Amino acid sequence: MSWAGKLLRVNLTKGTCKSEPLNMEWAKTYLGSRGLATKYFVDEVDPKVDPLSAENKIIWATGPLTGTMASTGGRFTVVTKGPLTGAIACSNSGGYLGAELKMAGWDMVIFEGKSPKPVYLYIEDDRAELVDAGDLWGKTVWETEPAIKIKHQDPQIRVSCIGRAGENQVYFAAIVNDLHRAAGRSGVGAVMGSKNLKALAVRGTKGVGNIKNPKAFMAAVNAGKAVLAGHAVTGQGLPTYGTQVLMNVINEVGALPTRNHQDVQFEGAKDISAEAMAVERDSDGKSHLVTTQACFACTIACGRISQIDESHFTIENKPQYKNTSGGLEYEAAWALGAANGVNDLEALQYANMICNEDGFDPITFGATVGAVMEMYEMGVLTKEQLGIEAPFGSVKALCHFAEITAQGIGFGKEIALGSARLTAKYGQPDLSMSVKGQEFPAYDGRVIQGIGLAYATSNRGACHLRGYTIASEVLGIPVKTEPADTDGKPELVKAFQDATAAFDSAGLCIFTSFAWTLADVAPQLQAACGDEFTVENLTLIGERIWNMERDFNNRAGFTSKDDKLPKRLMSEAAKTGPGKGSVSGLGKMLPQYYKIRGWDSDGQINADTRKRLGL
Amino acid sequence: MQKSLLINADKCTGCLQCEMACSYEHYGIFNPSKSRIRVFDFHNTGVKVPYTCTQCDEAWCLKACPVDAISIDLVTGAKVVSEDTCVGCKVCTIACPFGTINYVQDTGKVQKCDLCSGDPACATACPTEAITYVDADWTGLDRMRAWADKLGNQASTN
Repeated sequence: MSWAGKLLRVNLTKGTCKSEPLNMEWAKTYLGSRGLATKYFVDEVDPKVDPLSAENKIIWATGPLTGTMASTGGRFTVVTKGPLTGAIACSNSGGYLGAELKMAGWDMVIFEGKSPKPVYLYIEDDRAELVDAGDLWGKTVWETEPAIKIKHQDPQIRVSCIGRAGENQVYFAAIVNDLHRAAGRSGVGAVMGSKNLKALAVRGTKGVGNIKNPKAFMAAVNAGKAVLAGHAVTGQGLPTYGTQVLMNVINEVGALPTRNHQDVQFEGAKDISAEAMAVERDSDGKSHLVTTQACFACTIACGRISQIDESHFTIENKPQYKNTSGGLEYEAAWALGAANGVNDLEALQYANMICNEDGFDPITFGATVGAVMEMYEMGVLTKEQLGIEAPFGSVKALCHFAEITAQGIGFGKEIALGSARLTAKYGQPDLSMSVKGQEFPAYDGRVIQGIGLAYATSNRGACHLRGYTIASEVLGIPVKTEPADTDGKPELVKAFQDATAAFDSAGLCIFTSFAWTLADVAPQLQAACGDEFTVENLTLIGERIWNMERDFNNRAGFTSKDDKLPKRLMSEAAKTGPGKGSVSGLGKMLPQYYKIRGWDSDGQINADTRKRLGL
Repeated sequence: MQKSLLINADKCTGCLQCEMACSYEHYGIFNPSKSRIRVFDFHNTGVKVPYTCTQCDEAWCLKACPVDAISIDLVTGAKVVSEDTCVGCKVCTIACPFGTINYVQDTGKVQKCDLCSGDPACATACPTEAITYVDADWTGLDRMRAWADKLGNQASTN
């Protein structure tokens, strides 16, 4: 076992909470978390549903290893249809919430319908109830979590909630847990807002005790921990520098998208890097970085805890930003920084803190600001429209936009649309650096060919966490491939996508895969759950999950036409760096990718592929 | 030679491996709410502190117990609760100045750190050596060495 064996179904329309046994047949074939929740979702929800309607559902799901001592075994996913993309959304988060839910005895929680008034779900082990959230509506993430703990007189409750961005259905609203961990992408927070669901609060005291073979499990866990500790990335790079270790590395390989992907190297990269975070400031002699932070059970601890320079203009008379807080992580530092040409580290952390406080995705937000700045420089948008002068590199504009987005003040209402809707509205759709409506993360897809293909084919829109080929193409893990090569990349992307789906569905963090392969995961799952979870079976499960997600998107109306990259990556060559002169070779890679996926030329899944995967 | 748990909060990342190791060791379950060591995460400062029983020589809990359920493990020096004897009166939880002995609803008894009979699971599980198990007479040795290094090696090379 190690699944809790039951799920909670919450009907928000009727106000009911019901326990159901987990479908164990599905658990064996879709594992848990991402895979299993998506199986439930696609089985129950019409792919054509409006993401912000009562007919959409939203699921919190843990994996079989969530809540165990397996390193990083604290992950959970939120699965729904994403408002930003109209595609399947699956946002993964760490922190402590996922483990707490599992410890309370639940593998997942399925929310359906729409509450007539603001509510939150409170779970205390087997007991679950919807509680009036009238007094919480309008509160930020940072106000909501303590308010719930005080209300129940229990400081040990864990909270997953939306801030004002989710309430106002910002298209890229996040769901934040433990104050600064987030199910961040695709607008999952807006779905909560549309359902009048403010939070999920859990206290779990039952623990996870149904490990199939505890002795073998502990041996496998300890072996896995040793592999992580001994690896250069998970044992040194990430613990020491966090994900920000990448800023200078990616800039050097000429793949750091800068000023809305106009450039591939940022002259200010060093100012916003991990190294910069550790340098003592002239102003107060302290470094920006205060300490590191692990998520539940994680022996890597890539998380960063920072503190803004007290004398920085952004936090003058704003006490809530003077304490330490989560960040900066690489993606946020890039999206808020390089994507806009901003190199003020303190300002980036200020904007990042607002993303956590108000609950929205810094990647889509930052990339949208990049598009706005480009349109400002083109004269498409004016100071009068924006409320501020907004050329690339403007620290003040970045902070201003961060402050007005969640509440939809002034132009904030437009930024809340995300870059695809916003650029289309102002007649410049090619300026949205996105796939399926979701913005790129921090790697240039025309310089690093594999990641470009991974973006184009990602089931939740552009994303680095669906097939992180950077590991191979830049870091040489598990084998080094050349960023400029297109040959072999379809195979590489498929292998990463399938394996990632298995890692996610086990309840583990994908960062373990720098050091682990499925051969390290399999013994842990076999000891915890059952002998059938061999490497081969896990690979097949990953592929099955990938195709299930694809099938949902196809039925929602996506076709091969949506597996594309913006014009800029296809025709504007990289201006500098080792990849100078390159554009994306997507046209060469995509047909081969479809072929090895067992899909037809329109990206539809062939009948024999379905049969092979049991779809 | 007796040993003590030595906690260095600066090294703690908040992963809770220690809490799970503790609950697994004593109850065969991964469950921080049953752990005898707890990590406190002060998010306003970023400080994370693992905290557990320090095994007082003149233990308040032991002295307060009306049924002599708490005894001294002569090998490890740990103050150990006998579940067979404990009546769950909780007087020890009141007596302990540090809050490190607590009642467990499931068992109706109290629990506290027993040093796992000399091989503390928390110290073994900790990935950063924030929790170590060292010579009880020399818990300050590493700090002394650091200062000695500062005053000796580094000063002499200047």
